[in-house]
Amino acid sequence: MSRPALSMSGVEKSFGPFRALGPVDLDLMANERLGIIGPNGAGKTTLINCITGVLRPDSGSVRFEGADITALPSFRRARLGISRTFQIPHPFRGMSVVENLLVPLDYIHGVEDRHRRAAEVLERVGLSARAAYPSEDLSQLELRKLELARALVGNPKVLIADEAMAGLSEAEIDEVLAILYSLNEQGVAVIMIEHIMHAVMRFSQRVVCFETGQLIASGTAEEVTRNPTVQKVYFGEQAHH
Amino acid sequence: MTRGGWTFGLAMLVIVLAGFLAPHVLKNPFYFFAGYVILQYVVIATGWNILGGYAGYINFGAAGFFGAGAYASAFLFNAFGIPLWGSLIAACVIGAGLGLLMGYLTLRIQGVYFAIATLGLVIILETIIHNIPALGGARGMVVYGPPPPGWAAGPPQYMFVLMLLIAVASVSLARWMQLSWVGRGLRAVRASEDAAECSGVPTLRLKLLACAVSGAVLAAAGAPYPFYTSFVEPVTAFSLIIGLNAIAMPLIGGTRSWQGPVIGALLLATTQQIATITISSELNILFVGVVLIAFVALAPNGLIGLVRRKGTEARL
Repeated sequence: MSRPALSMSGVEKSFGPFRALGPVDLDLMANERLGIIGPNGAGKTTLINCITGVLRPDSGSVRFEGADITALPSFRRARLGISRTFQIPHPFRGMSVVENLLVPLDYIHGVEDRHRRAAEVLERVGLSARAAYPSEDLSQLELRKLELARALVGNPKVLIADEAMAGLSEAEIDEVLAILYSLNEQGVAVIMIEHIMHAVMRFSQRVVCFETGQLIASGTAEEVTRNPTVQKVYFGEQAHH
Repeated sequence: MTRGGWTFGLAMLVIVLAGFLAPHVLKNPFYFFAGYVILQYVVIATGWNILGGYAGYINFGAAGFFGAGAYASAFLFNAFGIPLWGSLIAACVIGAGLGLLMGYLTLRIQGVYFAIATLGLVIILETIIHNIPALGGARGMVVYGPPPPGWAAGPPQYMFVLMLLIAVASVSLARWMQLSWVGRGLRAVRASEDAAECSGVPTLRLKLLACAVSGAVLAAAGAPYPFYTSFVEPVTAFSLIIGLNAIAMPLIGGTRSWQGPVIGALLLATTQQIATITISSELNILFVGVVLIAFVALAPNGLIGLVRRKGTEARL
C-alpha cells in the first residue's frame, strides 16, 4: 500500500466569524486520483488554497511526503511538487504561450533542457501550433490547456485541477480528461475539483464530498453517489432547479 | 552569450567611444550641458521601469531616490572629500536601501494606493532634508567639485561622459534583468501574482529585488547632480518634474522592454531641452502633461507597442 503524498489533519480556516473549512482530515495517496465534489461555497477552493499555501490554515497541519509544510509559502510548495490550475485561467498575459511554461521551468529547478521540456508539454496538451502566440489570444479551451500545461511542466507529484473543465464542450472535456489520465499513469497524484459530475465520477478512484466546510462523505464514485446525505445536499439541491 | 548580446555589447561600446570622442568634434559646451540632462533622464526612466514597467508597480517617488542620491554625494564630498565614484557607490547603496524600505512598507498594497504611498516618500525625504542643518536645510549646499581630469575638455564634457557611462551601465542592467529569469518572473508577477507564486516564483522577494535595483539606479542618476550644478537644494533635488518624467518617459516609449524608456527619455528630454531654450522652461511641465495624456489615450503601450501592433496587423 502506498503512503500518503499529502496529508491534512484538523485543518480549519475561518474568514471572520464564518468558518469556511474544517476541521478536515484528508489523505491523498501517491498516484491516487481523488475527486472533490460539493456545492458552491462548500469549502473546496479554501481547501485547495490551504494545500497550495495561498491561505494559511488557522489550525491543523498539512504534510507533504511526511514533512510539515503548513507554514511554507506557496512558491516553496510549488517547488516541492504541489501544482495547481486555477478555476478562472490565470495566463501570464504579455507573454507567449511557450514563455508561460518557461516561468515554472525557471523557478522550479530540476529540468535540464527547459526549451525541450516546454515543447514536449505543449505537444502533449496539443498547443504546439500556438507556442509563439500571445497567451491573451487563446480560446477558452486553449486557455484551460495552457493552465494545465503550466501546472505540469515542472514535473509535479501532486496536481490539483480546480474546475479545469468548466465551460468546455463534451469533446473538449474528453481531451482534458485524457491529459489528466496520462499524467496519472506517469505517477502523478491528481485532485480533481469539478462540478461536471460524469467527468469527476469517471475519473476518480475515490470521491469526497464537502458541505459547509465539512467532509460529509468519502468512498468510490458509486458509494458517494448513493450516500443519502450527498444526495440531499448536492444532487437533491440540483434536482430542485 | 547570444548574438543579440554581442550586438548590444558592441553598440554600447561604440556609444561610449563616441561619447569620449564627441568633445573633439563638438566645440560648444552647451551640447554636453544639455546632453547630460538627457542622459540623466535615460538613467531615471530606465531605473523607474525596472519596478514600474517589468513588475507593474507605479512609483511616483522617483524624485525621492534621485534627491537621496544627490544629497548623499554632496554630503559625502563636502564632509569627507569622498570623490564622485565613491559617492556613486554610496548613492546606489542608499537607493537600494530606500527601495527595500519602500518595498517592505508598501508592496502589500497595490495600484493607486501604492502610487500614493510612494509620493509620500518624496515629501517625507524632502521634509527631513529641510530640517537637517548639516545638509544645508532649505538653503541647500554648495559643492565645489574637483577640476575635471586632464583628458576632458571641460566640466560639462566630463560630466557628460560620466553620465553616459552610468546610462550604459543602467541600460545594460535593465536589459539583463528583462531577458533573464528575473524579468520573466517579474512579468509573471505583473500578470498574476497568485499564478506566479504557484509556479514557484518567490513573488515578494522578486518584487523587493526590483525595488532595490530600481532605487539604486534612480539614486545613481542623482549622485553626479551636485557636481553638475555645483549646488543642491531640496526643491529642485526632489522636484515634481523628475517624478513626472520618470513615469512619462517609459510610458511614451513602452514599458515592456528596456528600449522603451530609452526611446521615451531621448525623445521627451531632447524636446524639453529644446523647449527650454526656445520657449520657456516653465512650459516643460505643461508639455509633459499633454504628451502623457495623449499617449495614455492613444497609445497605452507606448511607441514600441504602437509599432509592434502595426507589425502584427500587417502580418494578419
